[in-house]
Amino acid sequence: MTATQGTATERTGAGSTTEWETVVGLEVHCELATATKLFCGCRNAFGDEPNTNVCPVCLGLPGSLPVLNRQAVELAMRLGEALGCTVRPSLFHRKNYFYPDMPKDYQISQYDQPINVDGFLELPDGSRVGIERAHLEEDTGKSTHVGGGGRIHEADHSLVDYNRSGVPLVEIVSRPDVRSGEQARAYVNELRAVLLATGASDARMEEGSMRVDANVSVRPAGSATLGTRCEVKNLNSTRSLGRAIEYEARRQIDLLTAGERVVQQTRHWDEADGRTHVLRSKEEAFDYRYFPEPDLVPLVPDDAWRESVRQSLPVLPAERRRRLATATGAVPGEVAVVVERGLDELVLAALDAGGEAQRLLVHAEHDLAGEPADALDPAALAALTRMEVAGQLTATQAKAVLAELVASGGDPAEIARAKGFEAMGDDALAAAVDEIIAANPDAWGRYQGGDAKVTGFFVGQVMKATRGRADGKAVTRLLRERAGA
Amino acid sequence: MGAMGGRISRDDVAYVAGLARLELSEDELELFTGQLAAVLDHAADVEALDTEGVVPTAHPLPLVNVLRDDVVRPGLDRDEILGAAPAVEEQRFRVPPVLGELP
Amino acid sequence: MGERPNLAATEIAAAVRAGERRAADVVDEHLAVIRERDGEIHAFLTLMDEHARSAAEGIDRRVAAGEDPGPLAGVPVALKDNLCTRGVPTTCSSRILEHWRPPYDATVVSRLVAAGAVPIGKTNLDEFAMGSSTENSAFGPTRNPHDTGRVPGGSSGGSAAAVAAGFAPLGLGSDTGGSIRQPAGLCGVVGVKPTYGMVSRYGLVAFASSLDQIGPLAPTVADAAALLEVIAGHDPLDSTSIPGPAPALRASLDQGVDGLRVGVITELLGEGIAPDVRARVEAAADALAAAGAKVEEASVPAVGFGLSAYYLIAPAEASSNLARYDGVRYGLRVEAPTTGAMNVATRTAGFGPEVKRRIMMGSFVLSSGYYDAYYGKAQKVRTLIIRDFAAAYETFDLLVCPTTPTTAFPLGAKVSDPLAMYLSDVCTIPSNLSGDPAISVPFGRGDDGLPVGVQVLAPALGEAPMFRAAAVLEHAMAGAAGEGPSR
Repeated sequence: MTATQGTATERTGAGSTTEWETVVGLEVHCELATATKLFCGCRNAFGDEPNTNVCPVCLGLPGSLPVLNRQAVELAMRLGEALGCTVRPSLFHRKNYFYPDMPKDYQISQYDQPINVDGFLELPDGSRVGIERAHLEEDTGKSTHVGGGGRIHEADHSLVDYNRSGVPLVEIVSRPDVRSGEQARAYVNELRAVLLATGASDARMEEGSMRVDANVSVRPAGSATLGTRCEVKNLNSTRSLGRAIEYEARRQIDLLTAGERVVQQTRHWDEADGRTHVLRSKEEAFDYRYFPEPDLVPLVPDDAWRESVRQSLPVLPAERRRRLATATGAVPGEVAVVVERGLDELVLAALDAGGEAQRLLVHAEHDLAGEPADALDPAALAALTRMEVAGQLTATQAKAVLAELVASGGDPAEIARAKGFEAMGDDALAAAVDEIIAANPDAWGRYQGGDAKVTGFFVGQVMKATRGRADGKAVTRLLRERAGA
Repeated sequence: MGAMGGRISRDDVAYVAGLARLELSEDELELFTGQLAAVLDHAADVEALDTEGVVPTAHPLPLVNVLRDDVVRPGLDRDEILGAAPAVEEQRFRVPPVLGELP
Repeated sequence: MGERPNLAATEIAAAVRAGERRAADVVDEHLAVIRERDGEIHAFLTLMDEHARSAAEGIDRRVAAGEDPGPLAGVPVALKDNLCTRGVPTTCSSRILEHWRPPYDATVVSRLVAAGAVPIGKTNLDEFAMGSSTENSAFGPTRNPHDTGRVPGGSSGGSAAAVAAGFAPLGLGSDTGGSIRQPAGLCGVVGVKPTYGMVSRYGLVAFASSLDQIGPLAPTVADAAALLEVIAGHDPLDSTSIPGPAPALRASLDQGVDGLRVGVITELLGEGIAPDVRARVEAAADALAAAGAKVEEASVPAVGFGLSAYYLIAPAEASSNLARYDGVRYGLRVEAPTTGAMNVATRTAGFGPEVKRRIMMGSFVLSSGYYDAYYGKAQKVRTLIIRDFAAAYETFDLLVCPTTPTTAFPLGAKVSDPLAMYLSDVCTIPSNLSGDPAISVPFGRGDDGLPVGVQVLAPALGEAPMFRAAAVLEHAMAGAAGEGPSR
């Protein structure tokens, strides 16, 4: 196995061989897509002028008090239900530490009684990653470090904007079920799909509305105990997530292989040099002095509320994959891209209208990427695929007709006719092929001699002569027949 | 002192002053250590109470689910809040360099 | 003690609403008294004289135009300086907020203004309400109007002294462990800690959030009731605000206590309570019995542990509430090369010793390894206190105990011994832990001639019978003295 699949083989000094398994748990912070902040009526918006969306509460002014946003709770519950969590009574705590972008110098967060516990996320390959918890908390403001190239340690001073202060977050903590950087990326992509589907978050890593930390450890394959872990921060894309996990696992394996030990640390991923660097060790861990937030009362969602949230959930990506796979005879992993693009409903509707499953999946995956396919008539799409299977349109022609359907709608048969895509009769095609053979005796000789490379030349010549109306496959078949193969 | 874990020490007071971002002189450290120990000694009388199985009370109110609608309310005027700040630059609150990383 | 030149608050409001007195005159008269004597008492940190005059003139115009400016029309109110007032300094008696002017009004301030009351100034307090004598003010102590060598109590000592000295007919304080009732008792005025959640805390600079409650200080029970009716009632800006409107208190104020079952808390009459104070509590019990109440001894065993639980819980919450004074957004900043060093320099220079002591105590009891032994244990003791009160209220409608163990003590007597100072809150703290309401009523004087307060306690939302009992006591004293109530 290779490291990307979760294990690596190392020869140790004694000549024995150890297989290593990478173990990853992920902590994902997502900003919830509410109109206002978690505890006050200030706008929850990205990119506004600094310090324009602030009030006594999110500035931490003396005397101000938090009041919980119902919609933030609702979105957290939606996410919890979507992740198969138990949605339970919860409490807010204060996490106490000093930092200038945190205006109260404590963060209101859920600690030992989070709203969502014990769920899972099903990935396109069918694997499941356990979710330990998904809890609510408030975001901090945003610091800009001035001077020293923007690096925190070398900055001359820092400037703080509190627009983001108090924006609602869910922190989704996975169990250590992830085994590779690749799977971590799949997890984050799938989580993003669920966040989008539930409307909980726009989940944009680049804008920072979705932030990922990875807890990475390694252990001998087959071991049941977890190794010492390091938390890797500053992962700004799924690409850096994958790279950082592979790097960090490699680093730990090298340490262990050299007979050293892994020290529990928080490490910082540096995209530029492709390494992780130590931020602090466990001994420097903060003493957060958590205690129940006395300015808020317990959150106890009742059965009716939970039920209404469940009822309002859309069909989630994993279920959509299963549904589409069942309907098309594919396996869920094969239809993941179609579901990701949100084209599964269209494919299912076209199937209902008598469309051909394989052609529908091919079009959805390859020909409708980035197209505004919402307006596409499923019946027309179905008819198009029937024409293809009946040999009335070549793949190339079908693609052209489909583009026209997307752009202006209409009847695929009429569009094909208008474009001159009358299916060529077999006789006409045979005549065209014979003509090309006769005109290119040298090439034909090589073909007959078994040089497969000239196949493309003949197909291309026939296409040119028929102005694209020929079916490439039919041309190949005719060439073979004439060569007596 | 049982569960109260012994007298508060000078080191405890120094550690806690660090957590609270306060600087104490040697004399203050001495004084506060004695005063906090006296109060904690007095508080040790709660040791006598059997609290086995007692649910802690964080809050005297039986309220739950106090929620507000997700409706934007006007905030504060930026000039007013920045006007109250010790230092400002580019419409932001200016602070000296931040050493030590985010928790 | 100087002569109070004015009528009771409700009488002033009635006269102003009827157009018989001008609110502007009422304000001027009070400002004159303040100028005459506050140099000696030091009840106020900031006088809102211009604000008050212009507000009073507005009220007079409204009366002239035939409008009703509200139930407290033209009544000056002294505001403890931990209540946010838009554009007016709100210092909490701390250097760290010395020049801070809030950009918003506390809910109680908005409600007062909407009821026609006129904020006349911001009163002195122990820094961030931490103390029992108003000596922990960064801006100097307040003196007791009855004896200027003595403390007024605290932490709402400025508001209590202002009401006692006739500087304002009404005052607002905040009560975390007795900070309204204790100074009310020592200054000979009525002080009320309402049920937790009855009065919005929005705009009250927090000390210990699960214990803090704003309440009235007033010369009479009726005036305290009128003020509470105005400031109480649900506020959507405070998650711990009880749903529902303010209680109607004055309507039933003279209905007496006939048939009510009243318990005298034995645990708060023993060791540590001065004999002259105990005598006044017993006399109060007799007065209630004479008015028809069924009075017996009551036991609330866990109250004896209230002080211990309080001095673990309140500092813990305070240590967190006061973290925000870091020199970044408002208030004092002492410059230093890094933000961390600036935080330290600012807080070290900005906070007084008692505040530092409590911040450290609170940080300690919450710190890693100590939480369960201290904070967790204290929360369980809190549960026991609530249970014991609930058990007592199965037998009794109301409970009675002293407000303070002694009458007002001399300035400086306890400043160097924090524990001795904390012990003066032993009778008031249990109500903050339970969240139940309590009122302190002046009930005669101690052997030293200084006022003694008696507390009436009620179960949550039991303000109406509590005020009735307080009115009975006030009436009994008036009868005994043969003059107006507690003047």
